[in-house]
Formats: sequence, structure tokens, C-alpha cells
Amino acid sequence: MSSPQPSEKYVVRKEYNEPIEAPDLSFKSWLRWIWRQLTSMRIALILLLLLALAAIPGSLYPQRSADPNGVVLYFKANPALAPWLDNLQLFDVYSSSWFSSIYLLLFISLIGCVIPRVGIHYKALMAPPPQAPTSLSRLPAYKLLANSEKHYKLSRAEQYLKSKRFRVVAEKGSIRAEKGYIRETGNLLFHTSLIGVLISVGLGNALSYSAQRVLVEGETFVNNEAGFDSYTPGLLFDSKDLTPFSITLDKFSTTYDYKNPNNYGRPLDFIATVTSKLANQSPAQAIIRVNEPLQLPNSKVYLTGNGYAPVIVLRDADGTVSFSGPVVFLPQDSNLTSLGVIKNPDAKPKQYGMLAFFYPTVAKLKTGALTSNHPELINPLLTMNVYVGNLGLDNGIASNAFDLQTHGLKQVAGGKSGVKGIKLEKGQTAKLPQGLGTVEFKGVKRFASLDITYNPGELFVLFFAILTFLGLIMMLITPRRRVWIRKTPEGIEVGALAKTRDDSLPKLVKEITKAMKKKD
Amino acid sequence: MNSTVVLNPELATLSRIVVLAALTLYSIAFLVLAWALTRRAGAKKAKDSFANKLELVGISLMTLGVVVQGIGVLTRGIAAQRVPWANMYEFSITGSFIVTAIYLLALIWRDIRFISTFVSGFVVLIIGSANTLFYVQVESLMPALKDYWLVIHVSVAILATAFFMIGAALAAALLMKESKFINNSKLLGIKLIRNVLNVFPKTEKLEKQSYQFNIIGFILWTFTLIAGAIWADKAWHRFWGWDTKEVWTFIIWTIYAAYLHATATRGWDGKRAAWLTLVGFTAILFNFTIVNLYFKGLHVYSGL
Ligand code: HEM
Repeated sequence: MSSPQPSEKYVVRKEYNEPIEAPDLSFKSWLRWIWRQLTSMRIALILLLLLALAAIPGSLYPQRSADPNGVVLYFKANPALAPWLDNLQLFDVYSSSWFSSIYLLLFISLIGCVIPRVGIHYKALMAPPPQAPTSLSRLPAYKLLANSEKHYKLSRAEQYLKSKRFRVVAEKGSIRAEKGYIRETGNLLFHTSLIGVLISVGLGNALSYSAQRVLVEGETFVNNEAGFDSYTPGLLFDSKDLTPFSITLDKFSTTYDYKNPNNYGRPLDFIATVTSKLANQSPAQAIIRVNEPLQLPNSKVYLTGNGYAPVIVLRDADGTVSFSGPVVFLPQDSNLTSLGVIKNPDAKPKQYGMLAFFYPTVAKLKTGALTSNHPELINPLLTMNVYVGNLGLDNGIASNAFDLQTHGLKQVAGGKSGVKGIKLEKGQTAKLPQGLGTVEFKGVKRFASLDITYNPGELFVLFFAILTFLGLIMMLITPRRRVWIRKTPEGIEVGALAKTRDDSLPKLVKEITKAMKKKD
Repeated sequence: MNSTVVLNPELATLSRIVVLAALTLYSIAFLVLAWALTRRAGAKKAKDSFANKLELVGISLMTLGVVVQGIGVLTRGIAAQRVPWANMYEFSITGSFIVTAIYLLALIWRDIRFISTFVSGFVVLIIGSANTLFYVQVESLMPALKDYWLVIHVSVAILATAFFMIGAALAAALLMKESKFINNSKLLGIKLIRNVLNVFPKTEKLEKQSYQFNIIGFILWTFTLIAGAIWADKAWHRFWGWDTKEVWTFIIWTIYAAYLHATATRGWDGKRAAWLTLVGFTAILFNFTIVNLYFKGLHVYSGL
């Protein structure tokens, strides 16, 4: 083997075998030693295994990034253990210092390994096939054609090899040929594109944003910070760059299966009909489905959830309307039994709040408890427990719209208060206890949860991922082979060598000799 | 797209019976092939024509089994009005069908009959547990699964698994052949295994063949990963979010990438690489069983 080979199989790096004596170890050579280790295949392989191992805990413990609620529940269920796990960053595995250091090392190793190989490969591409080794007979595939068989011709072998796309150098009485440069090209394409994928993922995340917004039928939101329920910009994303557009939810509908007893009443399709409006453009209607986001300039809008928003009107004892509008209720089961919180800070004479359940199709369980047995509005019912006291909305601390801190409030209807909870069918009005006024269940609207995201790295990730895949195919399916043919006093020698596990080499040698024999 | 599909539970029941018929055929094939192996191991001569005949019968039974199972899988799809891989029962029957089909097709390309006992046994195990543990009636898809990426992503994942399985079987054969314990033990059972292993190809050949199946598996798995990310982007508004299934797809990919480096690294090729193959395949089985059944995540579709 004469030409330089990047793989360790061919180049046994001397540094590994020579014992290095400690006193001679200057800082510089020590650094170099570290670098060589880091960019060796063995370390790459160990880092890959470590990365696989380190990824496992992320599937065992709930992760803040994917399942923040699961983390809260875990803390509640294991109050002693959870803080310890948290110290080990086990709830943030994929951004933890240990996970990051493994992939950063791998990343450095990858760059350090691949860049020099590009130059080496470039030289190899330019250079003719290497000289023959001294003894062809020791190659994995070899044949000696005795001198007596005069009709063998080297020129025919040359033709054959060229027809098989070998790169051929024919000299007097000898041929050297090589094919399969694509293998190393593919390998380098694969590894460099992998760097491309990693960089696009990183930069993409930094320049991205994601936001959530719950929208009731008829409501509109504007794509700016104030318009979102929650908003997570990337490290380098500037909120001023949000494209100004507005989205109105015109209608939300679900189709259910009524034909098949096996999945009777299951949702088959969710459809949000929206009107979007860009600055200086006329409004356009569009449909958003579960797998079909709405594409707007620099954003995609996804449908991620839905439910009911009962329309409620609250009046004070003197008849003044103190609250009116749809309230978003969170679904608790597949039949959309939903839980909602109604806060009425403007009520006179005192503030009150309500914990409410909504049943689209109410039914009684054997225990007497209510439930919903169908997700559609067949027989809707609203039940409420009422609490009076300071709702804590005036002190400027943001409070969760879906949570009523009953601590410090006094229950005046439902539960153990001695007054029955309020039950309302659609269209009904009821009196609140203690002269608080009335509550009217005016109607029901649907709401849709939308995710609005933008990630400029996405297309680059896809681009490099496709290159990675192409590189992989190129490297894994092309064998790299070398062939040498030469005239010797004993006859014509044909030898072949492959860089990888290649068991059709003897066949190649056979084909070559057959071609050499052929009559023109 | 909006019109409700009409499921056909009667046809689904029929499909289940057909799959059980295939299971019976595979079981007989397994016994016959195991007999052929022991017979060959005990034979004095290099060529045992009776063992050859047994092997032929076994492989024919497998072929018949795969045809019957194909009908079972197809009718399941017709009964459900969609691709038959949307819950664990369906993954199992489609997966084992593909595994057997790929194995039988691979026989044309490479002579790997010596692992036929293993393959048929594996398939019997999968269909058996599908039928007893995972069986569910046909149901429609939940909206998030209703996408052509389901067809692409899952079918390629199953295909990859088939290749990885053959790669793992060959690696297991290699490790057994190289095992000091098996080579030195005086126990009677081990002696028999040793004799069986003696009729297997040489270690180098096993290594080479295992590698060839694994690289095809790796290409397909890489595709699965990319296709999954594209689908996730559509359905869950991000192409990667470290969901449990995504984590395991990544882990499997990384293990096989390490394996591929191992085959080119001095001191790591041969036995260590073979161990990595087994680790990788174990991760695949783990992903399919434990992760599907017990782990929480967005990919909840075991159907149980
Ligand atoms: C980021 C993680 C990496 C992945 C996923 C990866 C993946 C792969 C794959 C799939 C192969 C194909 C093996 C084959 O030809 O059979 C390969 C080959 C190779 N990789 Fe990597 N690689 C990574 C990092 C590295 C690093 C850091 C190095 C440098 C030390 C490296 C050096 C090589 C070399 C030299 C080959 C060619 C082996 C041969 O000739 O067969 N890789 N890699």
C-alpha cells in the first residue's frame, strides 16, 4: 500500500505504540497527543457509545423541555429524590453539561478528523493509481496466467477495466487501476454534512421562536409578544422581527366516527377554519388540520389542541354585567369533560371565583357523580362551585388563568359549604348565593390551541440531512478496489485488493482474465 | 378525506385466523429446521443428503408461511381500510412478515440457510406474542397518525429492523463460534451446540455477512430517522423534540454508527463489533416492546 489512507486500518499510527516517557512530555506535545487521541476513530467510537448511553435517562425521567407538567408531578410524587435528580440535570438531560460535553467532544473530533481527510482525498483523486506491491500473490485475489497461453492480452484488460470505470494507468508490461473513489468522497460528504446538520440545528434554534395561543371561535390574535399566551424566543431571535399578521378563528369543527362500533364517537378529523391577514393584504381564509399547518411568511401555525369554551354572563345583584364572554375549559378526558375557572374581580360588592365542570353530554355514573359520555354537544351541562374572597388579581402578580387558588377564599356554594353547587343547562340563569348576583350559561363555543413557530434552520437541516443520506449511500455501496496486472518471466500476474469487506474480488479477477482471453 | 371509513371486523377476524395458520406453518418449519441442524451436526460425512432434504422442507414451509401471512396482513389492512401498521399487533404481524420475506429473498443472494432455525423461531415468538398479548380489534387512526408519512416512516423502519435482525443473528453465530466456553466445555448439550456450530461458515465470513446486512439496515434506519423528523415537524411543530421514541431511534442509530466505526478500528472489529450488533438489536427490541408499552411520550400507539 503506497498511497496515504485515512483509515486506521491502513495507517497504524506510531504514536499509540511508542511508549512516551513522562519527563519528556512538554505541554505542546501533550496537547498534540490529546488532539491525536481525540481525533482517532477509537475515541469517536467510544464517544458515540457514550452519547447513546447518556441519552437513555432522558427517556426514563420526564424532561422539562418536552413534558414540564410531568416534572412537576414527579417532584410531587418523589419529594426527597427529585431535587437530587435535578442536581444531576436528569430533568434536562439534552441540555445538561454532561450530555453537551459528550456531543461537543464528538463534534470537535468530527471536525478534526474530517477536515484533514478532505485534503488527503483531494490529492488521491488527482494522483494516478498507486504502484503495485512487490508481491501480488499475497493479495486477497490473485491469478497467474502461465506463459504458454500466448493469446492473453494486456490491452484487452485495459479496455475491460476502463469499461468498468476503473481509473487505469497502462505502462509497458503492466497495468495499475483503481476504482471506487466515490467511497471516500461519500464518507467525507457524510461526515461534513453531519457537521452541517449540527450547525444548522444549533443556529436554527438560536434564531427561532415558538409561541402558543388559545383562540375561541370569533377571536383574533396578532403575531406579537402581547398577542401570545406564551412565547419562547431563541437566544438570537429579536422580537422586533416578528412578522405582523393576524389570525381569526372563524370556526372549529370535529368529525366523529358514527359508523364503526369499534371506535364509536372517536374523533376522525379536527378542522380549524381561520382567516389570516398580513399587513397591506386582504384577508384570506384557510384551514388548519392536525398534520397540516398554515404556512405564513416566517411562521407556521399548527393546531395542537381544542375544547369547549362556555359563554358565561355574570351580573351583580343590581343587574350590572360584571363579566361576559367565553371561558376556555381544559378537557380532562376523551369525552371532553372539561374543567374551567371563572374569576370575577369586577363583581360588586365582593370578588368571587368559580371552579366549574362542563359536560358536553352529561351522564350519571353509578356513584352519582357526573360524567360526559360523548364529546359532542348533545346534552350540555355546566356545574359550578363558588368561592368568595380576594382573588389576588390586583397585586400585579401574573396568575394562572386555569388555576383558582382556593386557599384564603371561602366556599359559598358546592362541596361542604352547605349550599348546593350550581347546575345550569344551556340558556339557563341561576342566582348566586349571598346576594352575589346571577350567572347565565348563554352558549358554547369551541376553542383551538395554536402553536406558532419559526425556525430558519429547518430547511438547512433538511438539506444537510439529505446530503448525509446521499453520502452514506455512496460510501456504503461502493467498493473501493485496486487491480494490478503485470508481465513476469513466469506469466501474467493479476492481483486485486479491496479496502473493505468485499467477497466478490475473485470474481473480478476471473472476469479480467476472461476479458484478456477474448478474441477481438 | 372526511368521509368515515367503514371497518370490517369480520374480515379482521378472518385475517387473525389466517395469521394463525401462518404461525402453525412457521412452527412446523422451525421444528424441521432444528432437526436438520442437529442431524447435520451429528453426521459423520460432510454431506448429509437427509439433512439437506429436511432443510429444503423447512425453507419451503417458511415460504408457504410467508405467503399465507402475506394474505393475513393484507386482509387486516383491507379490514382497517389503511396500512396495517398502526398498533402493536399490526406492527408485529407486518414486521414478522417483512422479516421472513427479506430473509427468504436474501437466501437467493447469500447462502445463510444455517440461521433459518433462528429466524423461524424468532418469527414464531413474535407472531405468538402478537396474538396472545397485543391483539386488538381494527380501529380507525387518530388524526395525528393519519398521514402518508406513516406509510413511509414506519414501513422503512420495519424494513430496517428486518436487516438488522439478520445481521444480529449472524453476529450471534459468530460470537458463539468464538466463545471459549462453548469451545471448551465438556457438557453434553454444549457439545451438541459445538457440533452445530462446526457446520456454520468461518468466522470471517460471518463477520462479513453480518456487516453487509447491518449497513443496509443502517441506511434504512437513517432514512427512518430523517423521515420521522419530517413527519414530527408536520405533526408536532418541531422536527426534533427528544420524545421517548425519538430518543430511542437516536440511540439505536448511534449504536450502529459506533458499530460501523468499530468494524474499521483495529481491536474493535470481530468480536467487539459483533457485541455492538447485539446491543443495537437489543435496543431495537426494547424500543419496540418496553418503550411502546411502558414509556410515556407522544408516540402512544401500542393500541393497548
Ligand atoms: C458524529 C458522529 C459520527 C457518525 C454518526 C459517524 C458515522 C459513520 C459511518 C456510518 C461510517 C460508515 C462506516 C463504513 O464505511 O462502514 C463512518 C465511517 C468512518 N468514520 Fe465516522 N462518524 C462519526 C464521527 C466520526 C469521527 C469523529 C471520526 C474521526 C475520528 C470518524 C471517522 C470515520 C472514518 C475514518 C470512517 C471510514 C471507515 C472505513 O473506512 O470503513 N467518524 N462514520
